[in-house]
Amino acid sequence: MSLFNDPRWGEALSHLPDYLGNHVRVSLAALALGLAVSLPLAIATRNRPAPRAILLALASIVQTVPGLALLALFYPLLLLAASVSLAWFGISFSAFGFLPAMLALALYSMLPVLRNGITGLNGIDPALIEAAKGVGMTARQSLLMVELPLALPVMMAGIRTAAVWVIGTATLSTPIGQTSLGNYIFAGLQTQNWVFVLFGCFASALLALAVDQLLGLIERGLRQRDRLRAGVGAIGIAALVAATLVPTMGRSSSGYVVGAKTFAEQYVLSALLRDRLQAASLSATARSGLGSSVIFGALKAGDIDLYVDYSGTLWANQLHRTDIKPRAELVAELKTALAKDNITLLGELGFENAYALVMPKKRADALGIRTIADLAAHAPSMSIAGDYEFFSRPEWAALQKAYGLQFKAQRQMQPDFMYAAAASGEVDVIAGYTSDGLIAKYDLVALDDPKQAIPPYDAILLLAPKRAGDEKLQAALKPLLGKIDIATMREANLRASGNDANSSPDVVAKWLWEKVGRR
Amino acid sequence: MPSRPMIGYAHVTKSFGPLRAVDDVSLDIAEGEFLAIVGGSGSGKTTLLRLANRLIEADGGTITVEGEDVRNVDPVALRRRIGYVFQSGGLFPHLSVADNIGITPRLLGAPPAEIAARVDQLIELVQLDRILHRDRLPEALSGGQRQRVGVARALAAKPRILLMDEPFGALDPLTRDALGEDFRELHRKLGLTTVMITHDMTEAILLTDRIAVMRSGQVLAQGTPAELSESSDAYVLELLRTPRRQVERLNLLLPQGGAA
Repeated sequence: MSLFNDPRWGEALSHLPDYLGNHVRVSLAALALGLAVSLPLAIATRNRPAPRAILLALASIVQTVPGLALLALFYPLLLLAASVSLAWFGISFSAFGFLPAMLALALYSMLPVLRNGITGLNGIDPALIEAAKGVGMTARQSLLMVELPLALPVMMAGIRTAAVWVIGTATLSTPIGQTSLGNYIFAGLQTQNWVFVLFGCFASALLALAVDQLLGLIERGLRQRDRLRAGVGAIGIAALVAATLVPTMGRSSSGYVVGAKTFAEQYVLSALLRDRLQAASLSATARSGLGSSVIFGALKAGDIDLYVDYSGTLWANQLHRTDIKPRAELVAELKTALAKDNITLLGELGFENAYALVMPKKRADALGIRTIADLAAHAPSMSIAGDYEFFSRPEWAALQKAYGLQFKAQRQMQPDFMYAAAASGEVDVIAGYTSDGLIAKYDLVALDDPKQAIPPYDAILLLAPKRAGDEKLQAALKPLLGKIDIATMREANLRASGNDANSSPDVVAKWLWEKVGRR
Repeated sequence: MPSRPMIGYAHVTKSFGPLRAVDDVSLDIAEGEFLAIVGGSGSGKTTLLRLANRLIEADGGTITVEGEDVRNVDPVALRRRIGYVFQSGGLFPHLSVADNIGITPRLLGAPPAEIAARVDQLIELVQLDRILHRDRLPEALSGGQRQRVGVARALAAKPRILLMDEPFGALDPLTRDALGEDFRELHRKLGLTTVMITHDMTEAILLTDRIAVMRSGQVLAQGTPAELSESSDAYVLELLRTPRRQVERLNLLLPQGGAA
């Protein structure tokens, strides 16, 4: 199938109003806030070298923080602020999505605006400022009629740089719950849907270029005192904002929001949950690509209504337990613990997605490795790869302790690349997931864990506190409980990891329902 | 000299750090007078001029403009009623010739039609071409034309006082000569009181009524050229000898009745 008549372009296009709209709104709001803070600061400090230096240093430090980290940092920060605000003033707000993304992006936009603003204002010939005074201008008139117009080209260059940065960086706000063009990129990377990745990149690049050109038009208009040009530029930006508001206006905000983490299985399951709710005439949307540290907090705060997590993950990360219990016992205890936070553990879906140490079957057979205990002897001459969180998770510590594992090297990898890396011998062992269809596809084998160092990871359905008594919702979801066995989920995941039109989460979710719905 | 000077300095001092830029200066400028302040660089002449419209605030002494102590006048209002010509024009590069000239009336809230008429009048007064120059940006003008715009701008709000900071400093000799004569004529025609800073004694003698000689922040002597020549100060006499020596040398080098 050629790249251009791939039906996934159509699917990508169908998401565009939502993704682009949110992207434009969060970017322009951040830019406006950034300008509203930075421009007055640049003006206020133009004749004060000491505060100016401090300000520029602070802005530079912010700039050195990687965009993804800055965005991620704002989530816990706002969560804290929200709880303080609720306790002190009785005002609650959502620390999820728009607000943290906008604040982080606004902070990110400040350096170019500040630096160019200060440079522009300080670069003005002092004789002209003297002349402004001499012809009888007040300080304010001098600023508005002489200094700002003269600094305009340099300032606008800074604003344009900031706009391009913010629009680019806004693609990274997907994991903290802000829908953006990054949804294409994150989803595409996780499900190996390169059409989505390309689409997201092109769309955000085009948006950045368009906004840059419109700002350029405004700049030239202002500089040449050409009201038409400045007006066209301003109308262009306003039209962009207005156009993004249209598709959201008719949409009800009372629908259910289904959360998903950033891997293929989660995309498929969230699409499945959404479809089930819609089939029960409940309005529902999927909010995918959420960071795994963000998603539980978002559920607790009611920013999302439901999602699928894994028992062992919550056991370790939320309950901070290091002991290990049998599957059913662990889920039961988890259910009681979550109920204290008013979170409903509706039940298990049926399969387990546990971490497992995985290696090529042939090599394992040749070396006589069947269990992790067998592996321990060979580990010092081997390398291991895991996802971005594995090596800092308690399971890894538990594994190392239980079996005395010591590898020659450890690497972090995008989960979907790990299996191919293991198959090609790029790494010797990977920390894979038991429900992953790629294990079979690449002829790999998951090693037994006789000491049960890895806790069970039952896929469990969680509901937000505000949905605790929602019987319609629960009735719509109950048919899924216990229905998805590991073999079916593996096949679904394998389908989702393909690179063709049938591999999109929506299509796979429909396939999955056809398999399990009749059971 | 009339009883009330147009501009009066009495025991005025101004220091920048350890440097006494203006040191106990007393100087009166009468109504209708064209005064030159002559001195080398760093003599304090520009500081003295800027004290008059409060671009700089004095440390001590009293300055009066039209009889009023400048400390009792709002500095912005004071500057709007005193015309000021800057050294190299000081024109705003982003504004057209017309907008530069009309700036002070605009600040004073004059109606646009009135400003436009005044601008046209001034463009003619300083002998620029309304069609050719009105809508140009300053960068498209020659140095002499820029100074003419600078003067037009200074005169726009019909001031009675005109302060000029080395208006001919950066100009070629021919332009200088023509411009000097024109400004002198404007001064007379409009009944202005004009103070001009220059380092060129010849220019001062040829254009102005009276000369104040400054050195190290002090006024060493003041008066007409004839009065100055009776000064006992060696520096003043040396300054006065310069133009004469130049004339003598010119007479030797240029044949009598020739090009001169």
